[in-house]
Amino acid sequence: MKLGKWILVVSFLVAVLFPATVLAEKITINWWHAHGGRLGEKVNAIADGFNKLQNKYQLVATYKGSYPDTMTAGIAAFRSKNPPHILQVFEVGTASMMAAKGAIKPVYEVMAESGLPFDPNAYLPTVTSYYTTPDGRMLSMPFNSSTPVLYYNKDAFRKAGLDPNKPPKTWPEVEECAKKLVAAGYPGGFSTAWISWIQIENFSAWHNVPIGTLANGFGGMDTEFIYNSPLHVKHIQQLADWQKDNIFVYGGRRNLGNAKFSSEEVAMYTESSAGYAGFKKTCKFDFGTSMLPYWPDVPGAPQNTIIGGASLWVMAGHPAEEYKGVATFFTYLSSPAVQADWHQFTGYLPITTDAYYLTKGQGFYAENPDMETALKQMTLHVPTENSKGLRFGNYVQVRDINYGELEAIFAGKKTAKEGLDDAVAAGNKLLRKFEAANK
Amino acid sequence: MEKRVVFKHKFLPYLLLAPQILITLVFFIWPASQALYQSFLQEDPFGLSSTFVALQNFKMIFTDEIYLRSIRVTLVFSFSVAVIAMCVALLLAAMADRAIKGATTYKTLIIWPYAVAPVVAAVLWYFLFNPTVGMIAFYLKAIGIRWNHTLNGTQAMILVIIAAAWREISYNFLFFLAGLQAIPKSFIEAAAIDGASPGKRFWTIAFPLLSPTAFFLIVMNIVYAFFDTFGVIHAITEGGPNQATNIMVYKVYHDGFLSLDLGGSAAQSVILMIVVISLTVVQFRYIERRVHY
Repeated sequence: MKLGKWILVVSFLVAVLFPATVLAEKITINWWHAHGGRLGEKVNAIADGFNKLQNKYQLVATYKGSYPDTMTAGIAAFRSKNPPHILQVFEVGTASMMAAKGAIKPVYEVMAESGLPFDPNAYLPTVTSYYTTPDGRMLSMPFNSSTPVLYYNKDAFRKAGLDPNKPPKTWPEVEECAKKLVAAGYPGGFSTAWISWIQIENFSAWHNVPIGTLANGFGGMDTEFIYNSPLHVKHIQQLADWQKDNIFVYGGRRNLGNAKFSSEEVAMYTESSAGYAGFKKTCKFDFGTSMLPYWPDVPGAPQNTIIGGASLWVMAGHPAEEYKGVATFFTYLSSPAVQADWHQFTGYLPITTDAYYLTKGQGFYAENPDMETALKQMTLHVPTENSKGLRFGNYVQVRDINYGELEAIFAGKKTAKEGLDDAVAAGNKLLRKFEAANK
Repeated sequence: MEKRVVFKHKFLPYLLLAPQILITLVFFIWPASQALYQSFLQEDPFGLSSTFVALQNFKMIFTDEIYLRSIRVTLVFSFSVAVIAMCVALLLAAMADRAIKGATTYKTLIIWPYAVAPVVAAVLWYFLFNPTVGMIAFYLKAIGIRWNHTLNGTQAMILVIIAAAWREISYNFLFFLAGLQAIPKSFIEAAAIDGASPGKRFWTIAFPLLSPTAFFLIVMNIVYAFFDTFGVIHAITEGGPNQATNIMVYKVYHDGFLSLDLGGSAAQSVILMIVVISLTVVQFRYIERRVHY
């Protein structure tokens, strides 16, 4: 009898506790990202929103530092066999992530295996083409994409006798405006952030010329750089020459030059559309945005610009049920409401057409016309081979080489032709190294 | 006469040493051997495909113009930092030694920069010299010097040398002051009675007696400039403009973490390891013998 009672008690406990533990156990999905500060708060809000909507998965968003820090952390985690589920990698790391076939799980596979509805055509082609294979299969999920625009100081324009609603459209017009602005007392005409991204990569796409062979590297690892073409040389040499009359002022690497615009040292500035939020806070003057300038004598200009920013990669080595959670999260992330909210808060572009129309319908662009500039510019035309994006290995290093050579050109140590030739030669060496390491 | 400690228990000395040996093994020997091993491999960042390439990484870095330039930059940088830090510290120590009133105040003020972390010091100097908002840059513009260390390589080098040396002055000052105070006062007084001026007293008596300290400090300063200045470079110039301040230790970080070229970066850190081992051997064999505590 005693044994019988025991069995009854135990089976009762098991019957009660077992479903409870199974039900209470949520599957954890780890998301490593590189957004700190205000953007990080928004990321956490997105994760909270997802967790509140369902109770099967628990999404844990962890801030890992800057883009390079996050990518390095992801790589180290993979090497120690404990990677996160989702890793945010900046656009220049795309080639490295793509080449790591055993380390990542392509998004189209994750979505297909989950059985959840997934329509690649719902995404803006200029955004996704960067992260898709040549036959249109999505490798990573776009998350925060931006494109460069021209910021200009409307108050400065008024002071110099220029029409604040007519920003310069072409580079010759920029020169004219800059001369008038300098004459009106401003130390400099214009400067730029992210000089490699804006004045070489986006310059090429905007003018429909290639940066490298094989469709900017999409066609294979045996691509070669060709951004020392006569057009590129002409443009960079013009920038260097414009320094003499302070029409152009070099702002430093990355976006260190932002202070030059907000402190009115220059009245025009090319920077990422995602810099809008920052400028809104720091600029005490009236400013607007407009599309990037172009050389009117180049056929095919303006074409469309390419994106910067980052995308979300799914790491390999997790069980299928966890991938279902990742797919569920991606579906949530791509929903119009979430995307529209993220876009309006950050200045990053909405990645789906539905989100764009939702934002438009909410009257957001009527109140903030400058936020629409970036989108219009990016979707101006259907992307060509030269304006889908780029896919080069070791590209972080290549950008650094570009920074160094451009600095030598602007310091007057080399001509634009010498500098760009040297950059292309050094860059090609890196491409060959990447090819060899990823055979 | 050397002191010898005798342990009665046979295993006690080993037990006492064990924690330190463990730490040295885990934090020094293991990473160093890993770096050595990786320097012989050519692999992708994820470790999915690695090929053994023997000395190819070393060959590649020694034929890389940027690396050779980096060696030159490092030598210029470290010798400048060492010389400037030592000369200024020696001057301050000689003056502080003679001060009677407020001696403690002077010493405290001169020593506290050492408590500031190199990165923090670097950021402070960066703000002072920032071409757009820096105070010193502003005053330089007023006297006609257009300061822009984001484009001008020489100016960038000057800035990082100042930021790196500033801290090291305090360290050298401490040692020089101790060295000066260890000189028997009777020598100085005898020279003074014989009519030697303060300058002559310093150069003929104090300075030669300081030479063991000076040799020690040269090695410590060079090691500091080679390795501890990573934070300074990273915070101010990130190796730019155009590799003008790309010292070797910064290049190791850059190639390994940013460019994800693990083989090349490991090869460079092996070279640096050889450099620091040689410097330490030189210090122990030739200098430690001369310094008396």
